[in-house]
Amino acid sequence: MKIMEKNSSATEKEMKEKKPAEVEQAFISVYIMGKEHRVPFGLTIMKAMEYAGYRFVRGAGCRAGFCGACATIYRMKGDYKLETALACQTTALDGMYLTQIPFMPANKSVYDIEKLNPDINSILHLYPEIARCVSCNMCTRSCPQDLEVMDYIQAALRGDTEEAARLSFDCIQCGLCTVRCMAEISHYHVGQLARRLYGKYYSPTPRHLTERLEEMDEGKYDEAMDELVVMDKENLKKKYWKRDMEVK
Amino acid sequence: MKYAYYPGCTLKSYADNLESSVLAVAEKLGIQMEELPHWTCCGTVFSQADDDLVHQIAPLRILLDAQKVGAKKLLVVCSMCYNTLKQASLLFEKKPDKLETLNLFLDDEDDYLGEVEVVHFLQVLRDEVGIEEIAKQVVRPLTGLNVAPYYGCLLLRPQEVAFDEPERPTVIEEILVALGAEAIMDPLKVECCGSYQTVNNKEIIADRTRTIINSARSRGAEMIALDCPLCDFNLDFRQKESEKKYTDFFTMPILYYTQLMALAMGINGDIYGFDKHYVDPRPLLKEYELI
Repeated sequence: MKIMEKNSSATEKEMKEKKPAEVEQAFISVYIMGKEHRVPFGLTIMKAMEYAGYRFVRGAGCRAGFCGACATIYRMKGDYKLETALACQTTALDGMYLTQIPFMPANKSVYDIEKLNPDINSILHLYPEIARCVSCNMCTRSCPQDLEVMDYIQAALRGDTEEAARLSFDCIQCGLCTVRCMAEISHYHVGQLARRLYGKYYSPTPRHLTERLEEMDEGKYDEAMDELVVMDKENLKKKYWKRDMEVK
Repeated sequence: MKYAYYPGCTLKSYADNLESSVLAVAEKLGIQMEELPHWTCCGTVFSQADDDLVHQIAPLRILLDAQKVGAKKLLVVCSMCYNTLKQASLLFEKKPDKLETLNLFLDDEDDYLGEVEVVHFLQVLRDEVGIEEIAKQVVRPLTGLNVAPYYGCLLLRPQEVAFDEPERPTVIEEILVALGAEAIMDPLKVECCGSYQTVNNKEIIADRTRTIINSARSRGAEMIALDCPLCDFNLDFRQKESEKKYTDFFTMPILYYTQLMALAMGINGDIYGFDKHYVDPRPLLKEYELI
């Protein structure tokens, strides 16, 4: 049940419909730490903040939506809802109240993956708090990757490591799920554990990798490697561009 | 007979032999069980606190999952899930204001309309299939096998969720008789097994298990047939603790009633999981030439 419609979509649409000839440059207001800043429309949240004079020391990484460093929480003026986004991937809109979550002090269990005994309780032993999940679904709603976060926590809870690994595969560890969780679950660390367990104990061993590792141990590539180490930059470049490419 | 089916976590892990035997029996009896395409934890244990609405979200979500596939009835096998979902569905029926609060919280998800009826597998066997029809499917009667039924608490308490007489239930007895077995009457069949005390106080369970099993044995039972995965864990696996604590204690096989149904209906295949029990039931079943 929706209680209130968001008022942001109209603003965004209006902005996009204005042609460059009509408007020299549209400016919008964003609020950083509660303080209003006028920034040009069309920038990402990250660039808008930089335009306003902020410099990112933490909370910025790849700037391409892959590293999960720029977790952002925002609210649109006039709305009560707290929304989540990646600052490098989301367009700044008029009336955005912004804050960055450069680091999430989430619980992270220490374990030696080599020594874990994988069974249906492996994840529950290291992260017993997953049993506190009340299925509120805030984690899923807050995921900038649109993952079914609650579902992978639930899979982990019933010992289905493979499903938890599969559903969490595209996680970029931004931590926004954990920020919003009333049960204080560290979803992204749980997903990582599930994928590590899956990779180590459940997934089939790829034959080509095993063979290649054996060849390396036997010293098959030692000579070629020695050659590369001493090669000058120019030749290295040439060799790189001449390399066998994967068939597209 | 077509039902939307909610398995729950335990039937997909510890009690997978309950699920496999239920599905085999259902197929034989023409009960179509379609697992919900999406489901999560039922909430495990219905919250008794009047203002603790947050713990009703989990069961609400399951009822919503059932509503999404257009189910009027939701078939549940695990008694813990049954109890939680049934109590929650009754709460939403009786307290529409609480349901509205939760629907508001669910925000842009669908509203739960409060119309899904939660039914237990035993209920379907008794009321939809019928005991007589079960008897007709028996090809290998369990003649002479002395079985004490055990209900525990979750199917019968509180009274509102009970689909049988809470103090003197008979549905499992009726099924056992239809299978040709001797149903042993034991007053401790509605006793508590000790439930989740098993996590932090094994001693309690060791005592209860011993009392319940000894009572059944004193009335001539050779095995106990039950329905609940938690009771099964306590009555079967905690016999290890009972053995340690009491030197005069003798173990007894514990089976799901559906495993006995499958045996009597002559169902073959990898559905029994007899190796998953602490007390191996196979010597006894061999004695009666059932396996």
